[in-house]
Amino acid sequence: MTQTVDARGLSCPQPVLITKNAIDKNEFPIEVLVDTVTSRENVRRMALSKNKKVSVEETEDGFKLLIDS
Amino acid sequence: MSQRLTQFFASRWGIILVGTVIGILAPVLQNSGNPPNMGICVACFERDIAGALGLHRVAVVQYIRPEIIGFVLGSLIAAFIFHEFKARVGSAPIVRFILGVFAMIGALAFLGCPWRAILRLAGGDLNAILGLAGLFVGVAIGVQFLKSGYNLGRSQKTYQSVGWIMPVIMIGLFLLLIFQVKFSSGAIFFSEKGPGSMHAPVIISIGVALLIGFLAQRTRFCTMGAVRDVILIKDLHLLSGVVAMLVVAFITNLILGQVNFGLSAQPIAHSNHLWNFLGMVLAGMAFAQAGGCPGRQLFLAGEGDGDSAIFVIGMIMGAAFAHNFDLAGKPDKIVDGVVQVGGISTAGMIAVILGLVVCLLIGFTMREKY
Repeated sequence: MTQTVDARGLSCPQPVLITKNAIDKNEFPIEVLVDTVTSRENVRRMALSKNKKVSVEETEDGFKLLIDS
Repeated sequence: MSQRLTQFFASRWGIILVGTVIGILAPVLQNSGNPPNMGICVACFERDIAGALGLHRVAVVQYIRPEIIGFVLGSLIAAFIFHEFKARVGSAPIVRFILGVFAMIGALAFLGCPWRAILRLAGGDLNAILGLAGLFVGVAIGVQFLKSGYNLGRSQKTYQSVGWIMPVIMIGLFLLLIFQVKFSSGAIFFSEKGPGSMHAPVIISIGVALLIGFLAQRTRFCTMGAVRDVILIKDLHLLSGVVAMLVVAFITNLILGQVNFGLSAQPIAHSNHLWNFLGMVLAGMAFAQAGGCPGRQLFLAGEGDGDSAIFVIGMIMGAAFAHNFDLAGKPDKIVDGVVQVGGISTAGMIAVILGLVVCLLIGFTMREKY
């Protein structure tokens, strides 16, 4: 089942922290919702550094990142 | 094209480029007239703006610094070009205001923000090591709060015009500067001597600051974030930019003959080690809790973040308190060939301790478990 992390409206470094917590649970895929490019880049960089696959799509109010193992 | 540029700026080389640009241009600003080891100091320059507006009346530190204006507007321009301008507010503004006030009180006890701490070290002022150590400890404490669930809550998207308030204030300040406006009360005040009277030509200051603001918005350059990310997620990305800034500023200072190693009687600095350290512990903790160093808060304010704008206003008010209540550090002085060590007043010490207590209370009481 897809885990969803809603990081919209949260400022740096919260989106990275809560995504990291989700990754540490080791249940994939994870869907992360963010609303700024900064958060998108920070979350993506962190996930890539943990050797995860990341894809990004634009949504109405920001971005959706899909993280898979 | 725009996407490739965004990718480059988000890369390791992007952040190193920005650190390098700041490392070259800050000493050049100093060489063009800004005060010694103060090519750029966000805290000092906001303090000078507070003075120019008459929020404090210390005659030697009053000037509308174009660098602050340029940081906000450069970021605004970048955010618009790359479609990242986004008006948002509502994440604990009053807390951010208080954090801004105490961040400034801490920074002025040391006599500089993290940017100036780096530039002071790059100019040979070894007191900066105490300041940077304090910054590290302060951010490390902030990180412990972040790890235990501290956050200031979500911001909300809002009307575009809200995001414009800070940039428009900056445009207003720029007009007051270039027209040298005088009110019957005497304001706008411009220092005739002291650090406030020392400044690069407006055109150079604003040009440099617009460029740095633009690049920093693209790369999210942040001196506090550099330390935080190393401790929190072992990520060296932002730190590589800060290290580049330090190394390049040192080399530029060597070329310009602006390096003078030592501890005592360094320009606009004091060698009271304990309070250099504690001042920056306070500033570091407040920056970590507010999510950005003073530079980063200006860049965020430029891209529409109203909460960062409140932090900036808090810092400007903090500067006014610091000087009205005699809380700020006093530089070392040489009297008849003897060095008189400066430092802060008893009131200043109490204010720094009070600030530490307030930041700890904020950290302990504003935690949420996800």
